[in-house]
Amino acid sequence: MQNLMNERIQKEIDSNDVTLFMKGEAAFPQCGFSSLVVQVLSQLGVPFKDINVLEDNELRQGIKDFSDWPTIPQLYVKGEFVGGCDIVREMYESGELETLLNDKGIKAA
Amino acid sequence: MGMDAKEIEALIQEGIPDASVRIEDLRGDGDHYAAYITSASFEGVSRVKQHQMVYAALKGKMGGDLHALAIQTSVPK
Repeated sequence: MQNLMNERIQKEIDSNDVTLFMKGEAAFPQCGFSSLVVQVLSQLGVPFKDINVLEDNELRQGIKDFSDWPTIPQLYVKGEFVGGCDIVREMYESGELETLLNDKGIKAA
Repeated sequence: MGMDAKEIEALIQEGIPDASVRIEDLRGDGDHYAAYITSASFEGVSRVKQHQMVYAALKGKMGGDLHALAIQTSVPK
């Protein structure tokens, strides 16, 4: 089961440049931490795929096991786990997030 | 339900013995905390790994008993 879930997650993060696993949807986040990451990405003008873990309990647990990370939101760039809300905020404030996105060739829309 | 700030501090301290740990109760409600952790063991370690070390010290309480803990890690200057 876990293998199938991992495959599904891997496929998802491989097929989008920027993927955000969050509570709620980008247009209507249902948690302050998820909302903050949406705001950061919007501020940077980066298109991203939002995936609502509240709609899928297996995924909600599966994504935590996948990354060995106990909380949501989780941001992935080009298949790589970048971090949760604290790390995203820190990297945004220091300019590292923009650098990372640039380095990965992800352009603002 | 929630956790005591002292309890959080003790767990992190136990898991990362050389760390200096400061906990802030952000809303005074015993539920929303920020933890500032400085440790030489973070040197050369990615941010994700640093936070994972803190989560490991919290022994699975993060995301369970502890729902809102902002973490900021740093290396001593």
